[in-house]
Amino acid sequence: MNGPLKLNTSSSELDLDRPNIEDYLPSGSTIHEPHGKLRLRDLLDISPTLTEAAGAIVDDSFTRCFKSNPPEPWNWNIYLFPLWCFGVIIRYGILFPLRVIVLTIGWIIFLSSYIPVHVLLKGKLRNKLERCLVELICSFFVASWTGVVKYHGPRPSMRPKQVFVANHTSMIDFIILEQMTAFAVIMQKHPGWVGLLQSTILESVGCIWFNRSEAKDREIVTKKLRDHVQGADNNPLLIFPEGTCVNNHYTVMFKKGAFELGCTVCPIAISYNKIFVDAFWNSRKQSFTTHLLQLMTSWAVVCDVWYLEPQNLRPGETPIEFAERVRDIISVRAGLKKVPWDGYLKYSRPSPKHRERKQQSFAETVLRRLEEEK
Amino acid sequence: MGSSSSMLTQYDIEEVQEHCNHTFSQQEIVSLYERFCQLDRNCGGFISAEEFLSVPEFAVNPLSQRLLRIVDGLNFKEFVAFLSAFSPRASLHQKIEFIFKVYDSDGNGKVTFNDMLDVLHDLTGQFISHQQREQVLTQVLEEADYTKDSLLVLSDFVKIIGNSGLKMEVEVPVD
Repeated sequence: MNGPLKLNTSSSELDLDRPNIEDYLPSGSTIHEPHGKLRLRDLLDISPTLTEAAGAIVDDSFTRCFKSNPPEPWNWNIYLFPLWCFGVIIRYGILFPLRVIVLTIGWIIFLSSYIPVHVLLKGKLRNKLERCLVELICSFFVASWTGVVKYHGPRPSMRPKQVFVANHTSMIDFIILEQMTAFAVIMQKHPGWVGLLQSTILESVGCIWFNRSEAKDREIVTKKLRDHVQGADNNPLLIFPEGTCVNNHYTVMFKKGAFELGCTVCPIAISYNKIFVDAFWNSRKQSFTTHLLQLMTSWAVVCDVWYLEPQNLRPGETPIEFAERVRDIISVRAGLKKVPWDGYLKYSRPSPKHRERKQQSFAETVLRRLEEEK
Repeated sequence: MGSSSSMLTQYDIEEVQEHCNHTFSQQEIVSLYERFCQLDRNCGGFISAEEFLSVPEFAVNPLSQRLLRIVDGLNFKEFVAFLSAFSPRASLHQKIEFIFKVYDSDGNGKVTFNDMLDVLHDLTGQFISHQQREQVLTQVLEEADYTKDSLLVLSDFVKIIGNSGLKMEVEVPVD
């Protein structure tokens, strides 16, 4: 049985987990080899394969997904310079301290009510209050970067057997969605203060944490996930099926886990406007704290959130096709380009299957042309 | 990242351009430098095999392991020189020379039957048996008036693949 959130990339059975990469890549020239007698030249001329390799070194669709976008250069002139300086002074000298104060007040309010609620109350009331409080602190976070968020479409409702999936740019996606609805989210376990929040406060809204690299974690998550969607009282479940942050220009492969729970899948598309700041969290380059500071010293974070029409598995459709269909819906809405890669390739190597497919097609051409001359 | 291109002075650019025989324009070199810094994740000034393999499209290439022997540990100048064979401005001879280098694993200027067999193995993997590969290669070699024991030199390669429409071009994205 395949569990949801099947995460490792090494075993061969998992190859079924991916959309067909060849559909996306520029067709290898080895495939449309001319017919006719096989000559020495045809075997020695390895230029198509070399060209592909060099092409990948010069530019490739995978690395592009995780490239921070440099800010658009201004049309600099001498009049703009004082204005820009003025902006810097306001952003760092006024806005930033104000935001820190707002965030601090938020935390004081939150903690002073959360701790008593958590310790003293029990049952449904506690859950309800905790939910409200988590939404509240998230609103404070959004306010701390002057989040200008436009929500389109109907707000998520609490029904059993449904799961929300969204494209993933930064951990702030979660905060932005959470301020409207207390989602239970599945996320990578983080170190530091974020990890502390995860294991204490977010645990109470039913969030599930795991470690990407640990197989044992995955099984536990799988089980928790199934239990969670069955419960009617649980908070709606939110999954970022890409499993990693992408720079909001592309979508990488959706893991099929969310799509084989037998639930209705409600897509959410999130699109950031890069006019003031790039919301992509490049976790290799910066810590989450630095990322937040960057957001807090910018003018504003502008973003659109679309709650899209719920989708169900169509008869005869595999979970992978279903995942691809939902990815399509989200990509179109948020204006993102699709690439076939598994985002986890940031942490591991692609499976040898892809190479073997190329070898097979070359081998077949050679053998076919050898046959032809007989 | 954004500032990386400014670290390349006009003098540097010209020097690199000289080094690759002007197969790339100055703009292309600036672009390539940005890409180089992106691939050189731990900023060591060279790109390791590990870093090359982090590009999935490269890692799945049948010849990637063979190419790694050539590209492992390249600094920027060597990186550009390596790519210059793929420039539209490079001569046909340069391109064939590069292909020859890929075949000539021990770098002695001669390509043996086994060298060719190894490359064919990379390209076809397990989908053609060893005997069959040998048989195919022997057959086409003989048809081209060579034998199993002939040692092919660069001029043989030029003769064999030089007059077919060899297309080995990679465009450097310039913004």
